[in-house]
Parts: sequence; C-alpha cells; structure tokens
Amino acid sequence: MPADLNLRLGLPGSDQTDVDAAKSNKRASPEKAEDTASNGVPAAKSADDHETAPAPKAQIVGWPPVKSYRKSTAAAVKKAEAESGMYVKVSMDGAPYLRKIDIKLYNGYSHLLTALEDMFKLSIEREGYKGSEYAPAYEDKDGDLMLVGDVPWEMFMSSCKRLRIMRGADARGLGCAQ
Amino acid sequence: MCMFQSVMNYFPEEVLDHVFDFLTSHRDRNAVSLVCKSWYSVERFSREKVFIGNCYAVNPERLIDRFPRLRSLSLKGKPHFADFNLVPHDWGGRVYPWIEAMAKSRINLEELRLKRMVVSDESLELLAKSFPNFKSLVLVSCEGFTTDGLAAIASNCKFLRELDLQENEVDDRKGHWLSCFPESCTSLVSLNFACLKGEVNVAALERLVARCRNLRSLRLNHTVPLEVLQKILVQAPQLNDLGTGSFTHDPNSETYVKLKNAMKNCHSIRSLSGFLDVNGRCLPAVYPICTSLTALNLSYAPGLFSNELAKLIYHCKKIERLWILDTIGDKGLGVVANTCKELQELRVFPSDLYGVGNAAVTEEGLVAISAGCPKLNSILYFCQQMTNAALITVAKNCPNFIRFRLCTLNPVVPDAATNQPLDEGFGAIVQSCKGLTRLSVSGQLTDQVFLYIGMYAEQLEMLSIAFAGDSDKGMLYVLNGCKKLKKLEIRDSPFGNMALLSDMGKYETMRSLWMSSCQVTLGACKTLAEKMPRLNVEIISENEGGAGEGEARLDDRDRVEKMYLYRTLVGPRTDAPDFVWTL
Repeated sequence: MPADLNLRLGLPGSDQTDVDAAKSNKRASPEKAEDTASNGVPAAKSADDHETAPAPKAQIVGWPPVKSYRKSTAAAVKKAEAESGMYVKVSMDGAPYLRKIDIKLYNGYSHLLTALEDMFKLSIEREGYKGSEYAPAYEDKDGDLMLVGDVPWEMFMSSCKRLRIMRGADARGLGCAQ
Repeated sequence: MCMFQSVMNYFPEEVLDHVFDFLTSHRDRNAVSLVCKSWYSVERFSREKVFIGNCYAVNPERLIDRFPRLRSLSLKGKPHFADFNLVPHDWGGRVYPWIEAMAKSRINLEELRLKRMVVSDESLELLAKSFPNFKSLVLVSCEGFTTDGLAAIASNCKFLRELDLQENEVDDRKGHWLSCFPESCTSLVSLNFACLKGEVNVAALERLVARCRNLRSLRLNHTVPLEVLQKILVQAPQLNDLGTGSFTHDPNSETYVKLKNAMKNCHSIRSLSGFLDVNGRCLPAVYPICTSLTALNLSYAPGLFSNELAKLIYHCKKIERLWILDTIGDKGLGVVANTCKELQELRVFPSDLYGVGNAAVTEEGLVAISAGCPKLNSILYFCQQMTNAALITVAKNCPNFIRFRLCTLNPVVPDAATNQPLDEGFGAIVQSCKGLTRLSVSGQLTDQVFLYIGMYAEQLEMLSIAFAGDSDKGMLYVLNGCKKLKKLEIRDSPFGNMALLSDMGKYETMRSLWMSSCQVTLGACKTLAEKMPRLNVEIISENEGGAGEGEARLDDRDRVEKMYLYRTLVGPRTDAPDFVWTL
C-alpha cells in the first residue's frame, strides 16, 4: 500500500514512515475511528477508507498541550484582527477594475509596495519618480491625493482611504521634495 | 522511652506551638504531625494554612475536624489533562461543598486559592457573606462563575486585599462588578482581572486605584485602553506588578508621551505582563521599566515581530522569568541568551496553534539559552523539532533543571538530524539534572527513555507522557524506579494491564494516575479497584450518556478510554456525574 495512503501521526512534509502501528492506537470501537477531528489520533487505516490522503490539519485532541484558555484567547485575537481589517480600494491607471486590500496586514511601506507589485504585476518607484514606472499615491481623509511614503506608517494606516497607482508620467507633479 | 522523647514531652504545649509557628512549609508540618500523638495534636490546632492537592482525597468535614483554626485553604480539583480538553465538562471539582461546610462550622476563612475547580456564582456569594475577615481570593484555571459572582465579592468583603483571577473562563455579564467595590474599600493590594472579556467602568477603576494606596499588583484586561493605563500609572507609581490592558495607540500622540513619562516614574515595577492587544511601535515606552524587571510575560501579545521582541529584551538584563511566544525565533532566543544572565525560568509558547509548521523555534534556540543562561532551572518549550545532540548539550550546560517540559508540535517527531528516537536526549537530561522534579517528554520515544527515567530521575514527582513507549516495560521502569513519583499522566501510549497491576501499592504513595487511550482494560481496572479500597478508580466515558449505557456497552476485555485513579480517605465521591463510573 502506498505510504501516502496511510493516515499517520506525521504532519505533511515530515518523514514519518516509521511510526509504529502500535503507536497509532487503534480504538476499541472501530466505528469511532472516522471521527478523527474530535476523537483522537487517526489510526492507520485500510486503503478503502474514505480518507485517501492525510488531512493537512489533522487535529489531535489536546495537542499541542496548550491550555484552552490560551487557545481561546489567541482565537479571539485572530478573529478580532480578521474582522477589523482596514480594507481600501486600490486602483491602477488603465486597469479596468479595482482591487481591495487590507492594509492592516502589512507591517510597513516596503511590505505594502511589494504586495502591490505582486498584485498588479508591475514595478513601483521607490525613490524619486523618473516617469518610467508607476508611483503609489493615496487619497487621505481630506480627499487630497498624496504620495505614499511621507508620513509614519501608523499615520498612513489611519488616514489612507484609497490607494491609486499612478503612471509615472502623471505622478511627476507629486515628486517628493528631497 | 529515649532521653530525647522525655525531654520533648517536658515542654508545655504552648512552647511546641510557638516552635511550630516557624514551620511554614506544608511538608514540614505534615512531617511534624507524624512524630507522635502529642505533636499531631499541637500541630493540628496550630495549623492555619492547609494545601489539598486533590479535592477528592479528603472531604470538607475531615478538614474542618482536623484543623479547626483553618484560615487559608488551597484546593486543586480537576486532573491536569483537563487543561487540554481531555476531561469532559461537568466531571466535578465543585468548590461549593467546601465553602458551605466551612461557613456552617464558622471557620474564620481569610484566604482561598483554587486551581482547576468549578466555582459557581452561588459559591462566591456564600463566600462573600460568610467570612467577615476574608482577605484573599485566587482563582487559577477555574470556571463556572460570572461577573455577578465577582460583584458579590467586591460588595461584601470589607477587608479584601487580593482578587487574583488567572486564566479563568468567566462569563462576562458586562455588569458593573468593579463599581461594586465600595468607596470605603481601601485595602486592595492585588487586583488581577486580565482574563475578563468585558468592559469595566474605567472611572470606577481609576477611583479604586487612587484610594487603595497599598496597591502593589494590578493586571488589567484588554478592554482598558492605553489612555486609562496612563492615568492609572500616575495615580499608582508604587506598583510592583503591572499587567497592561490594550497597548496600542498612535506613538506620536500626546497620550503616548504622557504614558512614557508615567512609566519612567514607576521605579518599583518588577513584573510586567498583558499586552493583550499591542502595537509594536508603542513598546519603547516600557524600556525604562525593563532594566529592573525580573518577570516578563509576553505570551499573550499577538503579532509582535521577532525584532521588536528582541529590542525589548535587550533592555531586560535582570530578568529571571520570561514567558514568550515562539515568534521570537531562534535568533531572538539568541538575544535572550546573550542578555538575560539571571534567567531562571523560560516558557516558549506556540503561536501557530492550528496550522502546520510556522513555528519559529527549533533546538538551536534551546541550546543557545542553555549556553547563555547559567541559572536556568525551569523550562517549557514548544518547538518544531529537536535533536538528541541538542538535548545532550542542554543537559551538560544546565544540570540544575527542576522542571523540564519539552513539547514537539508533532508529538512523535524523531531526531531531526538522525531520525532516531529522542531517548538518548531525554536520558541525558535525567542523568544530569539530579534535582529534576517535573518532566514532560515528547517526540518519538521508545521504552528506552523510560528505562533512563526510572534509573536516574530520583527526585521526579510529576511525569507527563504522550504517544510514547513500546510496551508495558516502559511504564514499569517508571513505576519501579521513580520513588518520589506523585503524579503520572499518560495518554496515547501502549501501556496496559501488566504495567497497571504490577505494583498496586505504589498508587497509595502517589496523588494520582491518569491513563487515556492506552491499553488498560476494564477488567484490570476492576481488579485494581477491588484490591485497593483506598483508591478511587474512575472510568470516564467519552459520551456523556448514562452510566448504565456505558456499563452495558463495556465488557471486561474492552479497553478503557479514560481512567483516573487517586488515593483517597473518603471513598467514592458522591457527586460523580453519569459518565464517571467509580469502580
């Protein structure tokens, strides 16, 4: 039987070919073995079991041994962070439709710009605007069009309402002072 | 009768009483009470503090009968594996009967410390109303109460000094429990409500802090914003233990500047925690405090980058206890190793609880710490991988471990370099650390590791085993070798009846044994229960169906899913739910 048809204790990517059957702890009542998500370690099963590949997130109850209080606090934080995303629209000159990103996910300008480059498959000016590439601009709380990068990141996060990736030529007027 | 005994009997009881006053440790007092009848008698009337490690080992009546002058009680309820959802809800551990009995007997209770117990609002209300001198309530990993119960405590306990809630699951009714502290309450020394989820009345909080001039320890919850923290610190610069609430703000704002100044003025803070919601760029405000910190808990601080953590730790040269998330990375642990030469206890918790392999610490971080921190004696380390070589190095560097808990995120991962089991690594730890009292093992392990543990871990009191071993021999090595073993907890390991029944008397020398998903059968458990009447052998069913259903299904040859046994003076408990069957 091909090794990857066995459910085993290893996480995907680990070389767990030598986990004993003894360690897989076949359960007393075989009909419970399917309920791997809540009941325990998935036992080594036969090939005609409905699960033909190890579930990437096969959860073992109580492992890693972290207090449920700690787990629920972490989950609550993750949830809060996810819910309170700061989504802003991103437009690119010439593109037919806009995108939306959560600026909370980025830890700084360079991280943001790299993500935008990835998203739009272009390259963004970082220093000075020679007019040949794209320049990142944003619309702030007052509705003004500003060049990205002048203010501290925190301030940018709270004042940015919308991002606009301008074609270099149009952005020359926004060139930064020094 | 020897000369010594007659000399000691010559002393009047008051003298013995006075002498015993100097004995503070429970173990010493327990030892003293076993010397002779008169010492037992003097000791029991003079004991004010009692610690009960398993609430079902005795009952309230026996406690009160033996120690009528009881003032301070510590109780522990559920088995340790309840922390990891292995014990069904409603298993037991209710504190109400204890409070009720003490109230009826007019015990002058002043302190109550509970761990892993079920505490209802009724219990808290009864507690608050029954003991006029009540001073200190510490609840750790408890559940079953709401903020209404806290309101009762706040309203009624006139001399309350300490209300310390650590990691409890509290139903927050978003009431005004904090406002229930009357204006006349000025006695608070310690207030910890970090685990509460709901908002508190911040004006009431500020006033409370302002009038409690003896306040030394304050831990806020995540709803208390930074602006309020700043105002509190101005009112209470004498604090020596602070738990921040939310720690995010615009670092360019005036509030943040005021906070920085307030913190500079807090010369006594030695312990810092919280950061339940944190913006890394606000961390510099705490740098002035860092230089005198001895304890730092950042393990609940989400989303701090490794370099931010490292920068903070760089200032913490006196730290003795550090709790942190694995986002610190091996590199960050290197900074700890170079900076924190006074470090005694380190806990590295996993940040990625649901995913796969985003953990940032490996054996390298552990080795670095062991090399850099000569005073290290206690570690809890969750890591992606481990090697025998690393553990052997750690053992050589740190022979002073008293607690060593290693948790590999994959419970059966072998040595990352050699693919061998981790037997030799843990073997080195137990051989080198002669004072080891607590050990948790993980990773791929055979019976060999238990041979080492049985052979070398002479002081071991608590051992946690998961997914380890090959046969009964493993468990036998431990039971035969570890003479001081008090608590043994085993899950998902192939230990069975032969090991369980080989030395039944051993269990009376221990507090408890937990075995789940092992190979013990119902028949063996029945045999054990029959032969050892002073043990409660509990079979806990997975399904919370009736005991009748459970009993009918199981045959003596069937494996038992969860067994918990413990020594007791009072027989099977009367409050066991349906799914718990005491044999």
